[in-house]
Amino acid sequence: MIVGELKPVEEIVAKVKGYSRILVVGCGGCVTVCQTGGAREAETMAHLLGMALRDLHVSLDWTCVARQCEFELLEELKPRLASFDAILSLACGVGVQAVAEFFPSSPVIPGLNTTFMGMPVRHGRFEERCQACGDCILDLTAGICPVARCSKSLLNGPCGGSQNGKCEISAEVECAWHLIYERLERLGRLDNLERLVLPKNWAKSRDGGPRRMVREGLVPDGEE
Amino acid sequence: MARSKLERILQSGSFAVTAEVGPPKSCNAAFVRKKGNLLRGYADAFNVTDNQTAIVRMSSIAAGIVLQQEGLEPVIQMTCRDRNRIALQSDVLGVAALGIPNILCLTGDHQSFGNHPEAKNVFDLDSIQLIHTVRTMRDEGRFICGEEMKVRPDVFIGCVENPFADPFPFRVTRLKKKIEAGAQFVQTQCVLEMERFRRFMEMVCEQGLHERAAVLAGVMPIKSARMARYMQKNVAGMMVADDICERLEKAQDVQEEAINIVVEQIAQIREIPGVRGIHIMAVAWEEVVPEIVRRAGLYPRPVTEIE
Ligand code: SF4
Ligand code: SF4
Repeated sequence: MIVGELKPVEEIVAKVKGYSRILVVGCGGCVTVCQTGGAREAETMAHLLGMALRDLHVSLDWTCVARQCEFELLEELKPRLASFDAILSLACGVGVQAVAEFFPSSPVIPGLNTTFMGMPVRHGRFEERCQACGDCILDLTAGICPVARCSKSLLNGPCGGSQNGKCEISAEVECAWHLIYERLERLGRLDNLERLVLPKNWAKSRDGGPRRMVREGLVPDGEE
Repeated sequence: MARSKLERILQSGSFAVTAEVGPPKSCNAAFVRKKGNLLRGYADAFNVTDNQTAIVRMSSIAAGIVLQQEGLEPVIQMTCRDRNRIALQSDVLGVAALGIPNILCLTGDHQSFGNHPEAKNVFDLDSIQLIHTVRTMRDEGRFICGEEMKVRPDVFIGCVENPFADPFPFRVTRLKKKIEAGAQFVQTQCVLEMERFRRFMEMVCEQGLHERAAVLAGVMPIKSARMARYMQKNVAGMMVADDICERLEKAQDVQEEAINIVVEQIAQIREIPGVRGIHIMAVAWEEVVPEIVRRAGLYPRPVTEIE
């Protein structure tokens, strides 16, 4: 899932200054699971902003769509838009951009900081798991991703800063390569670490420019 | 004959001495010259660090050239933190074009340690891939992409290894990987916990790695007891034996005791099978190196013939 956290209210207040009718739009996808950008948070945000901007006579309302990252699901916002001069989106950066693209003449303001692709590891605690490098190597690394979880994205094992299972950057951060080592040991596959892993093809990652994916069979005839 | 004096000394079987020279946080070449003149003759080659601990300093290649002009042989450290494969390969060519015969490849400290923690990091390659890249450029005359070059960089390739990091058994595996990738000499993290280092070297010798690359043990004089305790508790990847801290705590003359400790360590290290030299890291205390080398009985340094 995509994890996002709410921007501080003061920052949002500064971003929406100058608009007088603002619609806060939540998203029913990942950020509802994170409890940072769903219906409940959209309602609370509308309330908070309403209080913060009371003296400026700003009116606020809120709503939530099933997912902001699909054009069809944004249809339902259309009839309401005439009565607002800005949208505050509590979706991830994908949702915010989908709204912007779907409503070409409405200003859209992001209410969340999209932080990473990850999962809840305990109630209320989320951790990064994947960086969408475009060429998955989890089979070699015992199902633990060094690209996203090693602070240096190393590919040939732990660096010299790994100690007591922790990463050199902080005692709070687990060394991903230590975890990989332990799991490979349990699986009897430590030999994976003896092999030289050659430089990765980062062109399949973001470094190659914005990516797109075509799913054969889903593209309507005559396109692509 | 090898172009690198360090390589020739190791080939001759002499116990090698290298020392670290940290470039300044400015463009003051005179500072580098001064350090170089202080150390001239007390080591066979001088490691120029590459923005160590992620603090911006004069580039290691530039500082290396200044040392070379003073007649010292540099070992250019190259980390993977700040340059991608295009810049790294370009700098390998540059180092060789300037006649510097040694390159030491390392991963590099994370930028969060330094004075620009908001920097974007690179790590396009890791240290092992960098070693492999330099070796392929030198021995096969090819870049990572496979294209060929006309003149190959003739460099002696070094790496580092940290016997005090975890998982401990992997440290020897990692060294083996580096040697297989092309490393010819190894400088270890500074040895401040002799027992662990002995065990590491036993494993290195069991696998015959000491015959495939020259291991130089890192040593570091520690200027104060507080610094020793700090490194013991707070520096990732370091181990400092309690008795070193205690000796410094009890000493009347701390600096004298620091030198005594290093000289004793060097004597012990020379007894450990498989060790072919030492690498002195007297960070911000370079002026002490001559005394350490003299008292360790490693002065004068052997003279090697130059073609
Ligand atoms: S290897 Fe790449 S695709 Fe696989 S989990 Fe890591 S970042 Fe994601
Ligand atoms: S300590 Fe571990 S997680 Fe941290 S940079 Fe080194 S290998 Fe990566």
